[in-house]
Amino acid sequence: MSLENRVTEIIVNKLGVKAEEVTPEAHFVTDLGADSLDQVELMMDFEDAFDLKISDEEASKLQTVGAVIGFLESKGISV
Amino acid sequence: MEVKAEVRTAVVTGAARGIGMLISKRLMADGWRVAGCDISKEALEEAVAELGSGFSGFVMNVADPESVAAAVTQITDSQDGISCLVNNAGITRDNLLLRMDQAGWDAVLAVNLTGAMNVTKALLRTLLRARNSSIVNISSVVGIMGAPGQTNYAASKAGLIGFTKALGREVASRGVRVNAVAPGFIETEMTASLPEEVRRNYLSRIPMGALGLPEDVADAVAFLAGPSSKYITGVVLPVDGGLTT
Repeated sequence: MSLENRVTEIIVNKLGVKAEEVTPEAHFVTDLGADSLDQVELMMDFEDAFDLKISDEEASKLQTVGAVIGFLESKGISV
Repeated sequence: MEVKAEVRTAVVTGAARGIGMLISKRLMADGWRVAGCDISKEALEEAVAELGSGFSGFVMNVADPESVAAAVTQITDSQDGISCLVNNAGITRDNLLLRMDQAGWDAVLAVNLTGAMNVTKALLRTLLRARNSSIVNISSVVGIMGAPGQTNYAASKAGLIGFTKALGREVASRGVRVNAVAPGFIETEMTASLPEEVRRNYLSRIPMGALGLPEDVADAVAFLAGPSSKYITGVVLPVDGGLTT
């Protein structure tokens, strides 16, 4: 499974959206309907899944699916 | 064959003495395991000896975020099924405001209000993941009615009520309930040592005409901690013999 697929899977599980909606450009709030607590919980799920810590400052920049994937890649995460 | 019940653990602060220990004991009677936190290692050892193997002790100074983080890491690493937090740790530094120094104000707010926030924040992810979890904050009727000589204590306990309601709204959709218990005049070592006249004055103001027992507070906490209160969040439950009615 690619990193992209794993991230998509986590987002689908958390937000109950369809996998095809989870495009790199998709914005968690405006496109995927996340509320503020969903966003925090998503970050928690990423932390658990990839065994890393996402600071509040970093988290605030991760507004789109692509941003998350880019961030994880920059941390050397692979699946 | 023995059926293994699902383990559920409650974290209780200020758990080694007084009402905190009785709350722990009462929760254990309901089948909870208790991760008891207290600033005093010695008192915790005594509580472990008295309450037995369902009670584990963790040294924690709620006013110190580093101490809280360290203890919470120990708790989450060693305990299963954490789904309740009781913020009970509290202190008094009674004085008339005219005589109250900054340190007396700061210490009470730091422990009673900021301390509850510190522990709640450190455990909130765990409680969010647990779903069907609950937080019970021990406020006081003094936070509702006030009492002379307790501006600091009253402010901290009223603050806990606002904290309870605001956090209750933040996490309600995730199955985390946040409630408060507001004990009135309870039979404790402190009230036992009151002058007879003061005691009579207290009693005359309580519709039920008696002081409460620590067990009465523990019963209310157990109710709000467990599934019997599963549709209740954001409330302040006075345990006061009608004092605030």
